[in-house]
Amino acid sequence: MAAHVLLIEDEPNIAEAIRFILTRDGWRVSTHDGGSDAVEAVRSARPDLLILDLMLPGISGYDILTAIRADPATEALPVLMLTAKGQGRDREAAERAGVSRFMSKPFSNAEMLEQVRALVAR
Amino acid sequence: MPMMALTGSRVREKRLALGMRQAELARAAGVSASYLNLIEHNRRRIGAEVLGRLARALGVEAQLLEAGDEGVLIEDLRGAVAETGGAGAAELDRVEDFVGRFPGWAGLLASQHRRVTQLERSVNALNDRLTHDSYLSQALHEVLSAVSSVRSTAAILAETEDIDPVWRARFHGNLHVDSERLAVGAEALVAYLDGSETAEEQGVAAPQEEVEAWLAARGWHLPELESGDPAALEPEIVGLASAAARAMARVWAARLAADAAALPLERFRAAMAGGDPGQVAQAFGASIPAVLRRAALLPGSLAGLVICDGSGTLVFRKPPDGFPLPRFGAACPLWPLYTALSRPMQPVQALVETAGRGRRRLRVRAFCAPELPRGFGGVELREAVMLIEPSADPGEALPVGSTCRVCPRVACVARREPSILSETA
Repeated sequence: MAAHVLLIEDEPNIAEAIRFILTRDGWRVSTHDGGSDAVEAVRSARPDLLILDLMLPGISGYDILTAIRADPATEALPVLMLTAKGQGRDREAAERAGVSRFMSKPFSNAEMLEQVRALVAR
Repeated sequence: MPMMALTGSRVREKRLALGMRQAELARAAGVSASYLNLIEHNRRRIGAEVLGRLARALGVEAQLLEAGDEGVLIEDLRGAVAETGGAGAAELDRVEDFVGRFPGWAGLLASQHRRVTQLERSVNALNDRLTHDSYLSQALHEVLSAVSSVRSTAAILAETEDIDPVWRARFHGNLHVDSERLAVGAEALVAYLDGSETAEEQGVAAPQEEVEAWLAARGWHLPELESGDPAALEPEIVGLASAAARAMARVWAARLAADAAALPLERFRAAMAGGDPGQVAQAFGASIPAVLRRAALLPGSLAGLVICDGSGTLVFRKPPDGFPLPRFGAACPLWPLYTALSRPMQPVQALVETAGRGRRRLRVRAFCAPELPRGFGGVELREAVMLIEPSADPGEALPVGSTCRVCPRVACVARREPSILSETA
């Protein structure tokens, strides 16, 4: 069975592009728009990898990450964080919160595949 | 006050260099030609006041006449060591030797230091801007999001040869929408950057310094305000580089206009000659802080003025001759200004003596009047004002400094941090 990637991203067109790239690479992809039930969605979907946007409309990616790391069921889940401001304080804060990898927008599709493959052994 | 014997020679040197006749300089400085002649031949001691007037007439700082060019340069280099620390501290006792032997290099070092300080401030201002300017950060986020989507989508279209026509149509649609969004976002960003970020407005000078520099250039007196017409200053205020400085300048102009209205120039000057600020305030029905401000900002006044808010931050600085005021950071905690701040409505006066080369005696008068802009139920705002005047009083004086880092009084009980001058003082 294909490994499952959950993508939390509020930009529908970015989500659609990522979904297309990963699906063609053999992943099963589900998406979530980053609303208030995002943490719940992670718990129930139990993905092999979470791709998480840092800047979501209602909630910060850190808060979702912190909640995930605090829950024994999801504490070891690999998390790739997407950010439109990739450096400095944001990165440090995400690292403290336990992010696995970071990727700055705008990323190339090849980068995306490389990062995802590196995070989940298939 | 005794001056170094050579001060007279420096006055003469400077006058000759400007091609000025003795009588001309004497007239400009308001002393008799014969008295100036005695001064120039070092046969009379020069008081701080006369020295100040001579300096003004010669277009130089009094300190320069007193200590020579090297004196100012030495102070600058000490300041550089104080701010940056480093290897210079160990050789501080040789700074005079250095300046004497390599005046050119020393001058270069001092000007480089000034430049570095300026650039650091500029970098901090820009940093602040990126961190705190939520509009800019949102606009960038918008553009980066659109670029991300365009980049990914375009790559999919370019690289996927067997793409399903339905998907292809969908991605083309997305591309179109995102490129429109990108164009709008980029335009908004450009408009924003063009509109607000003029070259001067990069925080090179702190706004307060801009305002002070403007007032200093006007001789600390604005005749426009005497006729009660602050609007006449507007063309000049508009010329200040930053919006913050323009706002501060307007607040000052309004305040000084009110002072001018309460204390009409000629009557006030006459009352202050030999008068006491407390009595003058009483006679004019004006506030004591207004009298202190007005006294320091009369045309040609040699007096200095400092004002601090409740946090002790200096919000206004007119340096008096011979009393260096710190440009950054906190001042000497012994200043009577702070005594007044902690004892509102009580007059504080003292004779103080500055530390270091060319000690000066100054008579200071400080007063703090609390304000209740939100009434009895609101916060109490405090602002302390200190008028600083040269004095020839030989009585016991309170030793004060500019700020701890460059103050040579090693054993001072109020010391906040070690002085860089400790080893050499």
